[in-house]
Amino acid sequence: MTDIAGTAPDQAPAAPRMSLRGALAATEIDVRLFGMLIALGVILLGFQVASGGTFLRPTNMTTLAVQAVGVAILATGMVLVIVARNIDLSVGSLVGIIAMTYALLMADWLPALGFADSPFRWLIALGIGIVLGVLVGALQGFIIAYIGVPSFIVTLGGLLAFRGVVWVLSQGAAVSGLDPSFQLLGGTAEGSIGGDATWALAIISCVAIIGILVYNRRQRRRFGFPLRPMWAEVFLGAVGCLVVLGLAAFANGNHWPPGAAARYAQEHGIPCGTPCDLKISVGFPWPVVILIGVTLAVTFLATRRRFGRYVYAYGGNPEAAELAGINTRWTLVKIYILMGILCAISAAIAAARLNGATLDIGQSYELYVIAAAVVGGTSFAGGIGTIPGAVLGAVVMASLAYGLSFMGVNSSIQNIVAGIVLVLAVGFDTYNRRRGGGS
Amino acid sequence: MAVAERTPLVEMRNINVAFGGVHAVDDVTVDLNAGEVVGLVGGNGAGKSTLMRVLSGAHPADSGEIQINGEAVSITNPRDAKAYNIETIYQTLALADNVDAPANVFLGRELTTRLGTLDDGAMEDSTRRVMGRLNPNFTNFVTPVKSLSGGQRQAVAIARAVHFNARIMIMDEPTAALGPAETAQVRDLIRQLKAEGIGIFLISHDIHDVFDLSDRISVMYHGKVVGTVTKADVTTDEVLAMIILGKPPTEVTKEELEELHA
Repeated sequence: MTDIAGTAPDQAPAAPRMSLRGALAATEIDVRLFGMLIALGVILLGFQVASGGTFLRPTNMTTLAVQAVGVAILATGMVLVIVARNIDLSVGSLVGIIAMTYALLMADWLPALGFADSPFRWLIALGIGIVLGVLVGALQGFIIAYIGVPSFIVTLGGLLAFRGVVWVLSQGAAVSGLDPSFQLLGGTAEGSIGGDATWALAIISCVAIIGILVYNRRQRRRFGFPLRPMWAEVFLGAVGCLVVLGLAAFANGNHWPPGAAARYAQEHGIPCGTPCDLKISVGFPWPVVILIGVTLAVTFLATRRRFGRYVYAYGGNPEAAELAGINTRWTLVKIYILMGILCAISAAIAAARLNGATLDIGQSYELYVIAAAVVGGTSFAGGIGTIPGAVLGAVVMASLAYGLSFMGVNSSIQNIVAGIVLVLAVGFDTYNRRRGGGS
Repeated sequence: MAVAERTPLVEMRNINVAFGGVHAVDDVTVDLNAGEVVGLVGGNGAGKSTLMRVLSGAHPADSGEIQINGEAVSITNPRDAKAYNIETIYQTLALADNVDAPANVFLGRELTTRLGTLDDGAMEDSTRRVMGRLNPNFTNFVTPVKSLSGGQRQAVAIARAVHFNARIMIMDEPTAALGPAETAQVRDLIRQLKAEGIGIFLISHDIHDVFDLSDRISVMYHGKVVGTVTKADVTTDEVLAMIILGKPPTEVTKEELEELHA
């Protein structure tokens, strides 16, 4: 790390013999993120070996991914909260309220209002959920930023109070029976985008990766800044495309279960034998597509907009941000509003997966979300953390949990492992930073 | 006093700031003309920095009036001050350590593209230009400023102040962290800014710095202004006596002066 930071960009002409570290620096890949990808690979391969080769199958990986989504979506926002030296303990309970609201809206309230058959029922519910998230986020943010109550206290209050609201709303009973369109957000075989759309998405992503690389190179050239070596650009583009296309192929290796395929064949008059041998590619589940969209959107906010710049500057030095004329209080409120919106999205996926809402829906999310952000490299000292890192952190934690339960390890042991991994990951990170930042 | 004939660029009248029971700034009146450097001197806790924090919007005054070009203005936060082209170099530098030099220079005033996204290229380009003028040895535009040396960090703080067409500049110990060569650079910069017609409040512990650069010197003592003197009329000893004894030169007795030199 240290020698990378010390290298002046103007001295770009490559050394005659290039070390692996030098090559990595030339591509400007985030070393931390790269390390986490390797760790994830080791975990997945470890379970693959331990399970005798049955773990790394498209169907398992799809389930794993869908399980990670709820926490990963919230982690993208939690990064900004923690970067700005705050915390949000209320996300799990807020997910609970919003999920319960979705369930009640679609099962009871909307039908009572005469929207029983409206094809937009699920959209109305989703819209109301997002508005609810915005309002609650704005309220908490206002109390934290303008009244000055510490966020730990405000959101701890939220954690307790919102869970109580869930009980009050549902009168202590679980609610089920969502709109069929809404259920697709849960990511079953039907709740996936299918083979063709998966390929299309992969190809669009591939084009976008190349487009961004070309755009960035042009921008650098426009101002005469040092450029990345050409091989590094080509390498990044090729690896990016290969990964995206590989994931698409992998997801498309997952087929509809025979029962669902037979039903589909019957409905569409497609002949298939008994048992039905129709192969329909599942592709990316909707939750995963939503997670990708959320990750891109929040990363965009964090790195390409003033909002994100202010969040990071505030986290680095709150006083400096204030003296620079940044409206730091409003920035904090906006972070909590964003968190509220993400809660609404996460709640939609959680409710859709259950086809309803239980009283404990979203419970303990806050802990997993904070763990994911921190494992992903977010520092509690403020100012440091990336959104892709947090998503990767969520996937790493979900992989461990899923892998262990796949191996038949019970949940108490899973929690022990998760706790140890959390502390180890942060300890390793702290050690690395101290070594890197010391010189 | 020919200077008093025209309207000053800045006039701070009867400013009061109290922290609890401590009167940090006690009924202070100072002024500053265009193209003039006014040195603010005084011991630790004399109230110099607090007075300047009022002008830069970092800390509102409890009472008093600020006039710019003869018009009363209200400065309640740093945004207000910047709107009146008041730029400040803080003693603490006030940098966000975790972002790079261009992000710090443009903090709060980012350049954006037509789509409303940050134009990092344009900001880096402008930063390279202004640094080329201030400190040609400055080459690190991409790593967080945490990893820069004290002098380079100071250069970032100065670049932020000079880049935005300041009319009034507040410099709080601008050379405290610098080596001899960099100090000389900052002195040259101050003369250059003065020549461009910018009014500068200069806070410094270094009496020689102040004598070298200032046109007038305001001495503060325990929150009050002891006196404002024209540099040509006084000696460093007289100013030192004002700083230490808290009295204008005319009121200082012979015994006190001798004690000072003893």
